[in-house]
Amino acid sequence: MTANVTVEDVQRVAELAHLELAPDEMPRMVQDLNAILNYVAELNELDTAGVAPLAQVSELDGTGGRTSLRKDVLVPSLERGAVMPLAPDTDNVFFKVPKVIER
Amino acid sequence: MESQTEIAETLVEKPATLARLRQDISSGTVKAADLAASYYDRIAAINGQLNIYLSLTKERALEQASRIDALAAKGDPLPPLAGIPVGIKDVLVMRGAPSTAGSRILKGYRPPYDATVVARLEAAGAVLLGKLNCDEFAMGSSNENSAYGPVRNPVDPERVPGGSSGGSAAAVAANLAVATLGSDTGGSIRQPASFCGVVGVLPTYGRVSRNGLIAFASSLDRVGPFAGNVRDAATLLGIIAGHDPMDATSSRAPVPDYAAESDRLVDGLRLGVPAEYFGEGLDPDVRAAIEKGIDALKAAGCEVRPVSLPTTRYAIPTYYLIATAEASANLARFDGVRYGYRSPASENLSAMYSHSRDEGFGAEVKRRILLGTYSLSAGYYDAYYLKAQKVRRLLADEFLRAFGEVDAIVTPTSPVPAFKLGEKTDDPLSMYLADIYTVTASLAGICGVTVPCGTTPAGLPVGMQVLARHLNESTAFRVARAVEAAQL
Repeated sequence: MTANVTVEDVQRVAELAHLELAPDEMPRMVQDLNAILNYVAELNELDTAGVAPLAQVSELDGTGGRTSLRKDVLVPSLERGAVMPLAPDTDNVFFKVPKVIER
Repeated sequence: MESQTEIAETLVEKPATLARLRQDISSGTVKAADLAASYYDRIAAINGQLNIYLSLTKERALEQASRIDALAAKGDPLPPLAGIPVGIKDVLVMRGAPSTAGSRILKGYRPPYDATVVARLEAAGAVLLGKLNCDEFAMGSSNENSAYGPVRNPVDPERVPGGSSGGSAAAVAANLAVATLGSDTGGSIRQPASFCGVVGVLPTYGRVSRNGLIAFASSLDRVGPFAGNVRDAATLLGIIAGHDPMDATSSRAPVPDYAAESDRLVDGLRLGVPAEYFGEGLDPDVRAAIEKGIDALKAAGCEVRPVSLPTTRYAIPTYYLIATAEASANLARFDGVRYGYRSPASENLSAMYSHSRDEGFGAEVKRRILLGTYSLSAGYYDAYYLKAQKVRRLLADEFLRAFGEVDAIVTPTSPVPAFKLGEKTDDPLSMYLADIYTVTASLAGICGVTVPCGTTPAGLPVGMQVLARHLNESTAFRVARAVEAAQL
């Protein structure tokens, strides 16, 4: 599989990731993504039929891996008064953002 | 050459040991407040040259130091790190202190809570000096991706300190802290420790809480210590390790006395040497230094035998697919709404997201978000992300099989010594290959220690990586102690 990422592909992915690339960033990004994807295609040399994907290594540590989930009980969270002032735009109750829908 | 050596001699300084400082502080010979002040003086004198600290937490540090001095004056028992000056990588949050993760998008962010490891260090008496420079969101192998400028290597300021925890490694090398914390996702503790000639620890995945670590790739991220010697690194790990209800992947396994365990001799330990870590691309000077280290381990009574890890050559592609996929998900939170940078000129919500992210993130972060989003997107998931997770299983199984035959595996930490600033910045792939010996342990979740193992003829530090099976840090520390004792 030879990667052939186009400007349109990068634009589509950038949209998915909410990244707006400046026009001068685009050629470099297309070139880098093609180079990296061609390199990672080496993985296709390996036969992984019947291999279970490994998403979490905790299962391998010999303790049965189970890091049990915490109990579902209410505990105090951060105070609103400590958190809201960190927002770029707030009335200290809500986060304020620009218009969502154009009229 | 003359002048370079002169600079190096003034910038590199080995920190005093914890044992020594502890004795001086408890006897009152040294006041914790004076010690902290002397570190701030040294930082003021040379941080401009090296760009190691991004911000200082003086008020909090001096308050803590006074508390320690008051305890010592009363003759009360002192906590294990009483008065020890420690620096914190800027990807770990500290309440009220700037915590930027090396990114413009978090400029001015002062988080409302402490990372669990920060709280544990402070509860143990440590004096937290400030926040250390790093690659943006811990993405990089040279510290050149920091939005606040690169860190320079104290050994040779024309060279990189490694990354992404370059500030954490350089701080210990230049004695701008006695010990530091960093984070390691694909080698970000081990590689800079080797480039700067200090000890760095990759704890087992889940051994140290990630609560308060600004996330890069959650199935790989670990927090670990740097120190000037192996025993002190072991002491630090003992303090930050242990279960934390705030991190669902945190292990409940009991925490051994790592420092005491590291005192045990290595006589009779079985060490594996994988040929795959000594092939093409390994600098001959690094190879020679590591071979001397292995000879020293034999002389100390270790039994050395070859082990085979044939999937090693697929580790870099596997790592970059998994790490970027997880990063694209983790970095979705930076949207200009709740904290961090918001682009001022945005006509609607969607434009606000993309302008804020475009202006807030640097090139390498964008590259990784795009790669991760691409490999997770419809039509590519099976070919890239799922395939990488399957290869991850093969890599981990290979290590588990090897650890059935040997107690630890020794390798070079990096194929090359510290390179020059700007040498690899034009080619992301060649930069990724700098992690070739470290990403394997990251993917497998096993632990390791990098320990100084001599220098190249040009005087650049070489690090030996000692890997051990999950939750077996004690063995890695013992082997590293033996390398250290050989004084290569």
